[in-house]
Amino acid sequence: MSTDPRFAPGARVRVKDDWPETRGPCHIRTPHYVRGRTGQVVRPLGAFPNPEDLAFARPAPRRQLYHVLFEQPPIWDEGKAGDTVMVEIFEHWLEEA
Amino acid sequence: MTEESPNRALHDIGGIARFRCTPVEHDEAPPDAFGKKVDAIRQILAQKKMMTVDELRRGIESIPEDEYFALGYYERWLHSIAALMVEKGVIRQEDLA
Amino acid sequence: MAAPPSGASLALLEKLVAALSTKGLVTEAEITERQAITDRASPEIGARMVARAWTDPEYYALLMRDGKAAAEAMGASMAGAPELGVLENTPKQHHLVVCTLCSCYPRALLGYPPGWYKSFAYRSRAVREPRAVLAEWGTPMADDVEIRVVDSTADYRWMVLPMRPAGTEGWSAEKLASIITRDALVGVAVPRV
Repeated sequence: MSTDPRFAPGARVRVKDDWPETRGPCHIRTPHYVRGRTGQVVRPLGAFPNPEDLAFARPAPRRQLYHVLFEQPPIWDEGKAGDTVMVEIFEHWLEEA
Repeated sequence: MTEESPNRALHDIGGIARFRCTPVEHDEAPPDAFGKKVDAIRQILAQKKMMTVDELRRGIESIPEDEYFALGYYERWLHSIAALMVEKGVIRQEDLA
Repeated sequence: MAAPPSGASLALLEKLVAALSTKGLVTEAEITERQAITDRASPEIGARMVARAWTDPEYYALLMRDGKAAAEAMGASMAGAPELGVLENTPKQHHLVVCTLCSCYPRALLGYPPGWYKSFAYRSRAVREPRAVLAEWGTPMADDVEIRVVDSTADYRWMVLPMRPAGTEGWSAEKLASIITRDALVGVAVPRV
């Protein structure tokens, strides 16, 4: 699998609204509050072995990791406009928005 | 947030209502001897490629809810490390009885 | 405050160590050595890094480009540690670091995370009501400053590069380091004169 970043800084991305928790044992690093949310790629952070595999001692292909920026108020329906949250998210959790 | 997801995993606690009114205590104390020892064991086992940090986390995340919130931080680590070593066949459950 | 471990947990630890020792995997000497290495990491190294970045443009550039190399240049032992990213505060943007999923923290550099950083309250609240948490901690933020919460979820660990406060003109790097606290490196505080 290629580890070249698919998304460039500034790209609008949507975090998949996926809940592997409902399908059995898993370990994921995508917080619940950004699933299904749209944000903006700040920058690619490099490729790292997929923690979802590492957690079960499986062979772990490297996946591209990104810093993705989200506006806070839409997530919580409260908070101050302009405040943000920046989260490390792996490429397989992102789709074009 | 509009509604809290029912699919959220136990440890995935960003923004949840449960701790909304809990002050962040200024607990600055370094870990006690127990915590430091557990921490050292985790580092040694990781260094020897016996476990990854993601396996440690997966083990912590699979602690049942009552215990997860009742156990101390390094107690959760210890439970996870012990369970992983048994799971991998490094030690036997009887060794811990 | 953190409760002491239960008797059951103390017994479990003893049995685990005994079982791992029997297998030749962990010795008491290794545990002591590992603990000593971990005990050496401290926020003081982070403070010296910030102070040098404030006074040395070349070091500042290195810090922003490669946090691990910048930490090693100041004597931290970062071998095998995760990447270290640096988040620069500006008059218009303040960073606050949290790990909502567990307790990711730049341990190799700053040492053991403090109890509050690992607490359920901090992990849960910092990402949703950062201004309230900051205000409770004596760090109220002006309305025109963007609060950027950084949820440390994966392979990087994050350190905040705070702003140099006014009134420190002409200070030595050593004196500057003395006002940079661990809390400022996480973003729950700002350096004050």
